Amino acid sequence: MERIRIMITAGCDLGSRTAKAVIMENSTILASAVIPARLNPVESAEEVINLCLEKAELSMNSIKAIVGTGYGQQQIPFATRLESEIVCHGKGAFFHYPSARTIVDIGGQDSKIIKLDEKGNVIQYSYNDKCAAGTGRFLEIMADALGFDLEDIGEAGRTCVERLSISNQCVIFAETEVVSLINEEKEPGDILNALFRAMADRVCSQARGLLIEYDVIMTGGVAKNTGVFEALGQSMGVSLKTITDMDPQLNGAMGAALIAGQISS
Amino acid sequence: MSFVAGCDVGSLAAKAVILKGRRVAGSAVVRSGPKPALSAKKVMDAALEAAGITMDNIVCCFGTGYGREKIPFVKESVSEISCHGKGAIFLIPTARSIIDIGGQDCKVMRLDKNGDLEKFITNDKCASGTGRFLDVMAKVMNIDVSELGSMSLAAKDPVTLASMCTVWAQADVIKYINERRSAPDICAGVNAAMANRVAMMANALGLENDICMTGGVAKNKGVVNALSRIMGKRIKEIRQIDPQLVGALGAALFALESIN
Repeated sequence: MERIRIMITAGCDLGSRTAKAVIMENSTILASAVIPARLNPVESAEEVINLCLEKAELSMNSIKAIVGTGYGQQQIPFATRLESEIVCHGKGAFFHYPSARTIVDIGGQDSKIIKLDEKGNVIQYSYNDKCAAGTGRFLEIMADALGFDLEDIGEAGRTCVERLSISNQCVIFAETEVVSLINEEKEPGDILNALFRAMADRVCSQARGLLIEYDVIMTGGVAKNTGVFEALGQSMGVSLKTITDMDPQLNGAMGAALIAGQISS
Repeated sequence: MSFVAGCDVGSLAAKAVILKGRRVAGSAVVRSGPKPALSAKKVMDAALEAAGITMDNIVCCFGTGYGREKIPFVKESVSEISCHGKGAIFLIPTARSIIDIGGQDCKVMRLDKNGDLEKFITNDKCASGTGRFLDVMAKVMNIDVSELGSMSLAAKDPVTLASMCTVWAQADVIKYINERRSAPDICAGVNAAMANRVAMMANALGLENDICMTGGVAKNKGVVNALSRIMGKRIKEIRQIDPQLVGALGAALFALESIN
């Protein structure tokens, strides 16, 4: 009888705004962690992996391989190997949805559209980190302008009573529009809803640059914002899916842990 | 001799020029308020006062700018593109290319030998490359936007902004402030980033000599010098009047033509 080999691997995704880590045993998640990024990226990496190890009740020695990814991947001191975010996000989404062909990943400071073939290989992608519109930063600034906590805006702007419109996609110009709408005493929920539609249009036009194929999966921290998630589905005209059995923000780190499993087996 | 006027209500500033014949008799620049009609009246009153006359002396006034449809006292309104072309050619008859950077937009236009518009491109979708970019950076640096140009001239080791997006550039500027880089070095980096974005538009259109710059940002020597360096082309400076007034001057010249 063949014994199933137990292998523990980890993935660490050092993003611009948050650091994420996932520890896996074969194909099961043992523990995960998300922390806000520190000024020093090495500290962020160490803090998030230690937190994750603590949750899994493991020590660093028991991890066979760790793959690092994300904007700050070069600063992860304990990574066995580095892999691009594009590949890691593709891997993670395909693991959850083998039917995934298009992935929309919106992070704190970027937005990516990734296309996969039926084996989960990346065949095409587009990456925006040049313009803050269509990234998590857009939402942060608008939440600030409206006096909301970032995590509350999704529900607050999910529906609207009055259908307002924000004509600018540029963060700076849209923020000015928001200030005028506040001065006109418009409802914050209605303003947020209009902002979500504007942001969705921006991401949608990025996605249209590639051919959108089903299934379309949304990942990254912004996938947790129900208002943006629904607006994006409408704008793209698809029934958008997101990862429900774990935090979609962990998708990149999980993809990295899966790749760590492949390289060490 | 009778007086004519041009009134240019922009997104951030309202401008007015009064002409006596072909000579500027008075002018004014004020900040735009939320109501274009009020901004127009305010700037016109200031220009009338500078000229020492009243509205009754104005035979004809033309309007232009973002808020031109809301100006109550104008006979006609003309596009900003036409007015900037008209004004620039009047001041520099050899001008063939005009770069106009306003508070919230940027326009690059090319004229033929007769001063007629040949081709133009405009950006009002993205704050980068507009006066707004400079406003945001000046605010972060806690200086007045008018100081960005003069301060940058003392730069020794200009900083580099990695991104042209106003939001990301702002984060870069904050980072440099925290690293205690000198204000002139940061100002020079900001002006260069601004110039890079405008040069992209200029190159896309293709410029011909002579090139001149209009709009409020033309007063920032740092941006003008950086733009000239990046494009490898000389920019002819408008000296006769404040370059921010060129649109209003053009409108006034159209008003003058209409009565002759």
